[in-house]
Amino acid sequence: MDNGIDIDYVAALARIELSQEEKEKFSAQLGQVLDYFKKLSDVDVEGVEPSAHAHAMYNVWREDVEGDAMSIEDALMNAPKKRDNQIVVPKVVEDA
Amino acid sequence: MSGNIFYKSVAELEKMLDAGEISSEELTKEYISRTRSVDGKVQAQLSNYEDSALAAARASDARRAHGEKRGALDGIPVGLKDVLAVRGQKLTCASKMLENYVSPYTGTAMSKLEKAGAVFWGRLNLDEFAMGSSCENSAFKKTRNPWDLTRAPGGSSGGSAAAVAAGECACALGSDTGGSIRQPASFCGVVGVKPTYGLVSRFGLAAFASSLDQIGPFARTVEDAAILLGAIAGWDAKDSTSVKVDVPDYRASLSEGSLKGKVVGVPKEYFIEGIDQQVRAAVESGIDLCAKLGAEIRQISLPHTDLALPVYYIIATAEASSNLARYDGMRYTHRSARATDSTDLYFKSRAEGFGEEVKRRIILGSYVLSSGYYDAYYLRAQQVRTLIRADFGKAFEDVDVIVTPTSPTTAFKIGERASDPLSMYLSDIFTINVNLAGLPGLSVPCGFSSEGLPIGLQMIGRPFDEANLLSYAHAFERAAGICDRHPESSLL
Repeated sequence: MDNGIDIDYVAALARIELSQEEKEKFSAQLGQVLDYFKKLSDVDVEGVEPSAHAHAMYNVWREDVEGDAMSIEDALMNAPKKRDNQIVVPKVVEDA
Repeated sequence: MSGNIFYKSVAELEKMLDAGEISSEELTKEYISRTRSVDGKVQAQLSNYEDSALAAARASDARRAHGEKRGALDGIPVGLKDVLAVRGQKLTCASKMLENYVSPYTGTAMSKLEKAGAVFWGRLNLDEFAMGSSCENSAFKKTRNPWDLTRAPGGSSGGSAAAVAAGECACALGSDTGGSIRQPASFCGVVGVKPTYGLVSRFGLAAFASSLDQIGPFARTVEDAAILLGAIAGWDAKDSTSVKVDVPDYRASLSEGSLKGKVVGVPKEYFIEGIDQQVRAAVESGIDLCAKLGAEIRQISLPHTDLALPVYYIIATAEASSNLARYDGMRYTHRSARATDSTDLYFKSRAEGFGEEVKRRIILGSYVLSSGYYDAYYLRAQQVRTLIRADFGKAFEDVDVIVTPTSPTTAFKIGERASDPLSMYLSDIFTINVNLAGLPGLSVPCGFSSEGLPIGLQMIGRPFDEANLLSYAHAFERAAGICDRHPESSLL
């Protein structure tokens, strides 16, 4: 079904591997949802400021002072694989 | 309210604890025993911590014995939606991605409850990462509605609503991004409050859509909800979006407020075709009741109401696609064993860890943020969000509170909407506007359908005006006189 959605491209952006079945299903459903979103295109938003939040938000500053931090042990307690106080991940650097 | 201890309100339990009629340890054991006998049917809990609950209860009893009671919640068993961090307890978000995750820290709202002496009993089911309206998207179990076990409890905080309704805890916390507290409260016949954005710290709440998420209470009565909200509200340095406002004593202000002389706004856009006739009738009776209590009823218009659903699903999925990028298979989540390299590890861990609805929303969010579509979807949605906020701002120049149905229907059957995402999304059509505008909203029971299913009435207030909003709901609840109804014991 061609509704202009490049599902492979979007799945790559989202870093999610989709099965063929998921691709077909999501593609069709997203087409329906995007159709439903089209009613926004009729709204006159000329000169309307976008709201990122419901209330005004301000940057928050604090003094650069030392405080309590999570221990290494706590920070690593959920790591799927760890060694020498570090998380073990697959190699990310190519061999020279 | 009721002969059964497990259906008593926090206010009643506080009196019993103060009078020494029961200890917190005995009370906690009552809920443990109640949970054992009914949760096999209700399926509200994902995990619980009996030893630490009983230890907290005994510590509370010792404080009371020494005259050191910390407040109304001291010794009261409270359930927590499984998106809320408590050090040493699991925090799964009902997702395989976090199936084995244990919190290394306690979030601010929970830390405040601990300091208030509350006893944590039960980590409660939800739609995975709070994405859903029925609890059917949980990776682990489907929670049942205690009023009819073939029906959904609503969602996403369905476990919290069902646990309170079934007497598995005295009250509970949930989170609300587009209606996730109010809609299940409505479906399960309890009170649910979504506070003003920024009133309650989000530190220790697993993020779904950060500009919309708020933690809030589930309770049997408005007074109990006021007690719980008072305990968790307040500015927090750890949440840069929390707001520095005075937190009044919500419980004390209940008796001061009333609906007499107040203007109740009824938005015509909320009484649309497609709303269940019994829901409409119950809410219209509720509005009549407000008039009997001395309120002036005024029809109002919130003209951008029908745009809220597309705006919400663009903004919420965009924020979710960004927030859930942290679940990468590298640091603290499920990690795929099939991956060939580090990039592949992201793809496969996320494919295995996330359920269907979560994937669908991340994909949708990634799409609306992608190059070439950003202006047409995300930016435009943020602009229409401004118009929706302005609708409410204008309405509140003339009215004190806005009254609507909480959801267009009563609890639907499990499975009935699971295959059609759009029909599921419509269940939140009356609640999402409140999140987009950042306003406080609550659901209070206003009646029952002919099938005996609860119906909720939503009250929406001005920003940070929870004290008045709760006092209106309290007056309404006392006049409606239905908060002592409970699910048929034969069902449970």
